[in-house]
Amino acid sequence: MSGPISGRRPYMRPMQGWWRRNTFYLEYMIHEATAVFVAAYALVLLVGLVRLSQGQAAWDAWLQVLRSPVSIVFHVIILVAISYHTWTWFNIMPRTLPPILLKGKRLSAAAITRSGLAAAVIVSLILFGLVWDLWA
Amino acid sequence: MGMKINMQRSNAPVFWLLFGAGGMLSALVGPMLVFITGIAVPLGLLLHTDTLSYQHVLVFAHSRLGAVFLFAVVTLFFWHAGHRILHSLHDLGMHTAITAKLFCYGVPLIATLATVYALLSIGYF
Repeated sequence: MSGPISGRRPYMRPMQGWWRRNTFYLEYMIHEATAVFVAAYALVLLVGLVRLSQGQAAWDAWLQVLRSPVSIVFHVIILVAISYHTWTWFNIMPRTLPPILLKGKRLSAAAITRSGLAAAVIVSLILFGLVWDLWA
Repeated sequence: MGMKINMQRSNAPVFWLLFGAGGMLSALVGPMLVFITGIAVPLGLLLHTDTLSYQHVLVFAHSRLGAVFLFAVVTLFFWHAGHRILHSLHDLGMHTAITAKLFCYGVPLIATLATVYALLSIGYF
């Protein structure tokens, strides 16, 4: 095989709207779309870091923007999307991890998902506790 | 003729690793972080509105743990999202590989540099 045959274009299967054809595909695209919200939140934080480096006035202006109704609604949407990411991430994890052996027996998919979700809850509570403890 | 042997290492595992690390970190801390910075503190819900005051956040960003946390969260979230969006574009049938790749990995790269720059300006690293 050496190079394409001139004048021929390979057939490409049309891909328009395949993901709307059944609920499994639809769910797949929805959990993939959570990445857009992860990126949006990362951008919010990055802008915050840059504003922090510019001094108190810049930081306070950024905080003021966070208090606007538009920002609150925006963050509620991001919260829903990223929570859904957490849920799907640990539901998919049994299929992305190599088999885990525990006392010679393979750890079940349900056990992996449960452990992951439990870890997320515990880490979230610790995070909230630290913020509460340090500055509340 | 002879067979052309491609000795170039694939860079795919690096992006996949960044995707995985960012996906795991955002799954673990993402929801609570969004709730704290975007909802609870701005509204004074459960937490004081001055929780994220300039002094508090500056002390946090100056600490080693704080700086590492901020760096990891911002950059890994970007790398996770970029990699996932790139693959979704492919799934949607957009085969303009180079443009999509430049965008999906270029934005995280620029964001990483900006994060380092900001943390340096704040006075850590």
